[in-house]
Amino acid sequence: MAEIKDMQRLDDARRRFLTLPAVLFILAFAALPLLVVLAYSFMKPATYGGVEWQFSTEAYVGFLFQKDIFDDSLTFSSEYLLIFARTFLFGIATTVICLLIGFPTAYHMATRPPQTRNWWVLLITIPFWSNLLVRTIAVMFIIRDEGLINTILLSLGLVDQPVTMIFTDFAILLGLFYSFLPFMILPIYASLEKLDFRLVEASYDLYASRFQVLTRIIIPLTWPGIATGCLLVFIPSFGAYVTPLLLGGGRHLMIGDLIALQFGSSRNWPLGSAFSMILMAFVMLALFFQIRKNAGGVSHG
Amino acid sequence: MADVAAIRSPDIKKQSGFAFIAGSCIAVLYLPMLVVIAYSFNSANNLGAKWHGFTSNWYNVVLANTEFYDSTILSLIVAAAATLISTVLATAAALGTTRGRPWRGQGSAYLAITTPLVVPEIVTGISLLSLFAFLSTVTGIDLGIWKLILAHSAFCIPFAYLPIRARLEGMDTTLDNAAADLYATPWKTFRYVTMPLLVPGISSGAALAFIVSFDDFTITQLIAGPGETTLPLYIWGRIRRTLTPELNAMCTLLLLISLAFIVLSFILSHRRRA
Repeated sequence: MAEIKDMQRLDDARRRFLTLPAVLFILAFAALPLLVVLAYSFMKPATYGGVEWQFSTEAYVGFLFQKDIFDDSLTFSSEYLLIFARTFLFGIATTVICLLIGFPTAYHMATRPPQTRNWWVLLITIPFWSNLLVRTIAVMFIIRDEGLINTILLSLGLVDQPVTMIFTDFAILLGLFYSFLPFMILPIYASLEKLDFRLVEASYDLYASRFQVLTRIIIPLTWPGIATGCLLVFIPSFGAYVTPLLLGGGRHLMIGDLIALQFGSSRNWPLGSAFSMILMAFVMLALFFQIRKNAGGVSHG
Repeated sequence: MADVAAIRSPDIKKQSGFAFIAGSCIAVLYLPMLVVIAYSFNSANNLGAKWHGFTSNWYNVVLANTEFYDSTILSLIVAAAATLISTVLATAAALGTTRGRPWRGQGSAYLAITTPLVVPEIVTGISLLSLFAFLSTVTGIDLGIWKLILAHSAFCIPFAYLPIRARLEGMDTTLDNAAADLYATPWKTFRYVTMPLLVPGISSGAALAFIVSFDDFTITQLIAGPGETTLPLYIWGRIRRTLTPELNAMCTLLLLISLAFIVLSFILSHRRRA
């Protein structure tokens, strides 16, 4: 008995040792940098970018207040708060639209015969991994004033002048939806594929309507996949950077661009760091909800 | 009873309208990309939507473009190095976190390894920028393209780790135990038993790591120094200049490179398990 226990311990030690390099690598190049940003968010900006090593809560105060240049008095400023709220709304709207389109698609995929199913999965997997920059450029081509849609509308005589779509909120929402739709479909599909359709049959036997089957049986049972999909869409659209830059034309900012701006031409690293920390707080909150809802889904199922 | 049920609902899986939505979904996902590809063959000198005639000349223009060539080479070097580093680390970690009783702290290790998946790219980008800036002010060292390789390796680890782990979880330990009973050392067991069975998982993970690194724009843009222009950064720079179908040709080539690796990874991970 003692010998087996020793061997188990040896095995544990070996498997720990195997896992360690990856964990250390990620701590060094993913976790440590976040701590540096946390530290920077409590410092003062240096004139030419970077930070001065001096403790300050200026960056967080600057999020809500504007300091008067002459007498240092603070006045409430909703400028940044509004950009955060806008970004949050974009994130939620993108998630809802992706869910409304993504769930039926995933359901359709999961109810195909196994051979056809694999082709569907491949069809969704390709855009899932395709270059996001190129896909955003593709949306830009289509909705530009000289783009495909406007050219068609003009040549059909439906409009006299191009319909302005690019550099609007609509363009950003379309771009986010187009970018992250596959992220919603695949996790939901993974859940639906494991669904036991005998339960659906049983509820039809008990005179449930199609709608009831969907809302009372299928959706609750696939909740973990739905929650994962929502998270995979919400997090990147909340932190979006390329989409609003290309399709919003820089006039319609989201937090991602605001952060990049502070590290670029605005040269206010502490403010950018503070924005990043607030963004991370939202992400943590979303993760927390997902874990809780997932746990809830399991106990009900 | 069964007959009655069959008459009432011939297909229990049907939900009306879902097939239409699924079909539109595919159209929406592919049309813009197909338009980009189609217009790379337009002989017009601008990026308007008017069709002027077929030409493959823009591909000659792209292939003769030394800046395009240099940035592609840099992207390939960074992606190859990042794939190698992340796949080795991810394989070791996958072996360490599957098959066998979970050790104390294994859950935290899993959480750490998958962290890069939940941090928005913009935050990862500026945090690495801050780290490298901090390093260079303290030590005076500029890591050059190693900045890109180290950063890419870090965020590629979870993408390589998850398929390898999935493959390992589907493999039982009987063969490993048999090898151990026959006095194979742990290394020999790994080299001659586990490893050959794991190759599809490792290749699939490596292909994903390669795509993620090769395609990355946001993080790379924030940390790349002058002269460290990867292919996505070069394409980004070109959007700001005069637009010609050459841009479409470059986008098409970039899509094709990713497509090759996506299909490779898909086939490897969906092949029937031995």
